[in-house]
Amino acid sequence: MIPEPRLVEVRKNVLKQNDVLARALRERFREAGVLAVSLVSSPGSGKTAFLEKTLRLLHPRYGVAALVGDLATENDAARLARSQAPVKQIITGTVCHLEAAMVQNALNGWDLQELDFLFIENVGNLVCPSSYDLGEDLRFVLLSVTEGEDKPLKYPTIFNSADVAVITKSDLANAVEFDEPAARRNIQAVRPGMEVFKLSAKTGEGMTAYLEFLEGRRVRSRTAAGVSK
Amino acid sequence: MHELSIAMSIVDLAREEAELRGSPGVDVVYLKLGPLSGVVKEALLFSYEIACQQTPLEGSRLLIEEVPIIVNCPACHERRYVQSIQSLCCAECGTPTPEILEGRELMVTALELRQ
Repeated sequence: MIPEPRLVEVRKNVLKQNDVLARALRERFREAGVLAVSLVSSPGSGKTAFLEKTLRLLHPRYGVAALVGDLATENDAARLARSQAPVKQIITGTVCHLEAAMVQNALNGWDLQELDFLFIENVGNLVCPSSYDLGEDLRFVLLSVTEGEDKPLKYPTIFNSADVAVITKSDLANAVEFDEPAARRNIQAVRPGMEVFKLSAKTGEGMTAYLEFLEGRRVRSRTAAGVSK
Repeated sequence: MHELSIAMSIVDLAREEAELRGSPGVDVVYLKLGPLSGVVKEALLFSYEIACQQTPLEGSRLLIEEVPIIVNCPACHERRYVQSIQSLCCAECGTPTPEILEGRELMVTALELRQ
């Protein structure tokens, strides 16, 4: 018998299981004509307020639903449910990020055909979620005006993994002397060409432009997928 | 800190590959790691030792090759290094570019199997 070589080539992605599941999810979203949007940010940057406002503005004109990840408590799901949209909490326990399998499990019992938009709120964390594809069409990274303009430079990987940046809590910008040009410069440095929205979920400032963008993306991805619903 | 779960995935992957080849264990795991993978080398090495405990990989080594970010520069029409992870601009001509060709790697490239 010829002995196996001692050094063997493998070339396999460590997160291949997650990647395979994420690809399957993306395909399911595409077939059902759902635009899947995930949100990542540090804790306290206003993801839930932003999402609640988004759900309120889109529902009931569109079929919208949300999955929300947290280490513990169902508080966010209860808050988001006030929008009347279907919401499910994913409690991750000690896990600091969402993975594709968690999204897949949470979707059980939902008919994707009834949805136009699915939002996935990740655990508040600017590090770990960057490694995991969730099958989303768009990843939004949120940066609140109270956090400091250099966040993109401190967390370049997550900004790079996202498609769109959203500057939140714009109603507080003057109070905290937020340097918007610097923030925009830093975003462009780590992710050249990135689309940026500045808005306030509280006052509604900037929400229209962002919603128009979302609606445009939905039409675009449906046209590309040949979905006619 | 998600490096422990990543380390456990590496151990699972290496174990599967070793079993597939009828090997009783693994001495060395070779890993390619890009700066945009979101994984920190030191934390991964630390977690790897823990993840190996009480598995056929106990006592094995993780050898990490850190690879640079490489982009396609739209001005040079060439593969280029970037100025830094904080400045995704062509290192030669300074043109910003989001077109990342390499740098997200988190890949087991090879194994040294026990005979």
